[in-house]
Amino acid sequence: MKIIRSMVLVSADDESLARGAQDVFHAFLEEIDEFGLSDQITVTTIRDAGMHGEKPTVIVYPDAAVYGPVTVEDVHTIVEEHLHKGNIVPGLLAMMREMAPEIGWMRGRRGALPVQKRIVLERAGVVNPASIEDYILYDGYQALGKALTKMTPAEVIAEVEKSGLQGRGGAGFPTGRKWSFVAATPGSPKYVICNADESEPGTFKDRLIIEGDPFSIIEAMTIAGYAINAHEGFIYIRGEYPLAYKRIEHAIAEAEKHGMLGEHIFGTDFSFHIHPHAGAGAYICGEETALIESLEGKRGMPRARPPYPTTYGLYGKPTVVNNVETLASMPAIIRNGAMWYREVGSPKSTGTKVYTILGNVNFTGVIEAPMGITLREVIDIYGKGMKNDKALKLVQTGGSSGTIVPASLQDTPLDFDAFRNAGVSLGSGALLVCDEDTCVVDLAKVILRFFRNECCGKCTPCRIGTLRLYEIISQISEGRGSLDDFDLMQKISEAMSEVSNCGLGQTAATALRDILKYFRAEVEAHIVDHVCPTGVCPIKELAAVA
Amino acid sequence: MKKIQSLEDLKKFREQIIEEKRRKASAGKVELIVTLGSCGIAAGALDVLQAVKAQVKADHLDGAVVSETGCIGLCHHEPILEVVIGDQPKVTYGRVTVDAVKRIVREHVLDGKVVEDYVIDATPFPTI
Ligand SMILES: Cc1cc2nc3c(=O)[nH]c(=O)nc-3n(C[C@H](O)[C@H](O)[C@H](O)COP(=O)(O)O)c2cc1C
Repeated sequence: MKIIRSMVLVSADDESLARGAQDVFHAFLEEIDEFGLSDQITVTTIRDAGMHGEKPTVIVYPDAAVYGPVTVEDVHTIVEEHLHKGNIVPGLLAMMREMAPEIGWMRGRRGALPVQKRIVLERAGVVNPASIEDYILYDGYQALGKALTKMTPAEVIAEVEKSGLQGRGGAGFPTGRKWSFVAATPGSPKYVICNADESEPGTFKDRLIIEGDPFSIIEAMTIAGYAINAHEGFIYIRGEYPLAYKRIEHAIAEAEKHGMLGEHIFGTDFSFHIHPHAGAGAYICGEETALIESLEGKRGMPRARPPYPTTYGLYGKPTVVNNVETLASMPAIIRNGAMWYREVGSPKSTGTKVYTILGNVNFTGVIEAPMGITLREVIDIYGKGMKNDKALKLVQTGGSSGTIVPASLQDTPLDFDAFRNAGVSLGSGALLVCDEDTCVVDLAKVILRFFRNECCGKCTPCRIGTLRLYEIISQISEGRGSLDDFDLMQKISEAMSEVSNCGLGQTAATALRDILKYFRAEVEAHIVDHVCPTGVCPIKELAAVA
Repeated sequence: MKKIQSLEDLKKFREQIIEEKRRKASAGKVELIVTLGSCGIAAGALDVLQAVKAQVKADHLDGAVVSETGCIGLCHHEPILEVVIGDQPKVTYGRVTVDAVKRIVREHVLDGKVVEDYVIDATPFPTI
């Protein structure tokens, strides 16, 4: 198995080609071979690096160094100095002010923390999760101490706002702003809820965080409580995570014993209590208002919004709901300050993001990377390449409710902003990598079956829509579809995304919509020619029966 | 346990912990760490933990500490066993079987020879 350490991307748009990009590309191949690095470094062409007047442009990952204009003579220096010795060659870098907005994010990455820097997963897998001593040894509770004894609640909120932290639970709402809404809303008591329901298929980052570093969540919730003047918090833990529940329970008891939770924390007048709560295995209970209903002992169905939980949350009181990963970023921000945090990631999406990589790559697991890395990097460097050297077909980002990114868009940086512009969702951070053997109809069928099963049934567009879409796609997969199905699927998915009550119905058809957009021909082959191009769908037998 | 009352208390408590760690490390303490996340447990980490405890007992390694930690993100390498001897760098073993535990304890802990067959690169991150 080849371990790719680094990647070289050469721009190959018309202008770059006219200026000798092809020779530059070949020069890289030769020089890299010369240095015996062929096994560790890939050279790829990309259409356009978005640089104007600096072509041909060469991007070296994972440092995200942008060189340009690069001539054949420069290649030797770049390979020797940068790829061989590991030093970026400042003299050959492209002028950053020339950089097109699409890759303006790279400026934020330069000089940032090394790629392997962990913020959220700093302690997970390093400390003993049952030991508060280990937690304190690795800087635990410094943030809470600082907040309680040296900062006012307003200062804590201001610091979080300044850090640019956006919610990691899916929607990417700015965390500081959410806290300030709750702080400003009259009403008491107020509540802090940690959303650890994590039922998005393919996502298991929150589990890793809670199981590996439970104290960080407790500390962060206590900080949140201080910031918004709440004295009670709830952790809603997915029912299938009994180990996470046990570790949180233990951590709460330990924290109380050491005066880090309960009455008079850090010897101050502030008190805060945390109650763990186990879910019962419904995807919809991850949606914040359904979660609140469930906590109140009712059936887990989303409320109509507005009012949002920030004004009308648990028991009708102002409530902060935050994802596990969002909270796990908090102690480091308070400890080191907002400006420290802003140095990581891209300017508009700060910090790191935890991703779960799964599917047809050599390495599956959990990684933490700065905001703004690209799918190509995730697959080749973190995922250590495609399994069996197959070709990449698509990536589904953000779990089942997320978007489908075709291989041609793999250079889009993974951050909230760039993704929004490209119509892609970062969602929960699950990256499902699919190779050429994946059938898009089959993929859509699996996804739609999930939503058909998990729809709570409260609103009609979602209840009927998820069922109908599943029926239609099943028929197509059996070779019994018709061309009219395209219009019908389009209509149903539009209606669902527009009028469903909550995010489940609004996003259930996202993947289908993207598949119809990027892979229409493949779906048509099922309908018109009764052929599944990848041979996954069970068309033949059924056609014979009919 | 006296409760921590201030940042000053926290600092003192932390220094005590560091002192304790240092003392153990300089005494050549052996630590065997099993990663017990759900993924590890599903792959058989609890059996590995049992095996480690049994082997430590069988070989009379009275000073060795068997402890646990969370998932390190390398779910495809589970079960994972980490070995720390004194202040030497940590060695990470992947896809550890019950049989492998015996070899690791005998060859690595007792004889000081790392069992290369099971060693994995513990950084999923590119090191530049
Ligand atoms: C159907 C559905 C499922 C959701 N599941 C989760 C989940 O499992 N975990 C989570 O943190 N947020 C989930 N959310 C998002 C939450 O509603 C909410 O936006 C989030 O907890 C806010 O936290 P944040 O600001 O820290 O991201 C889900 C949303 C919807 C619509």
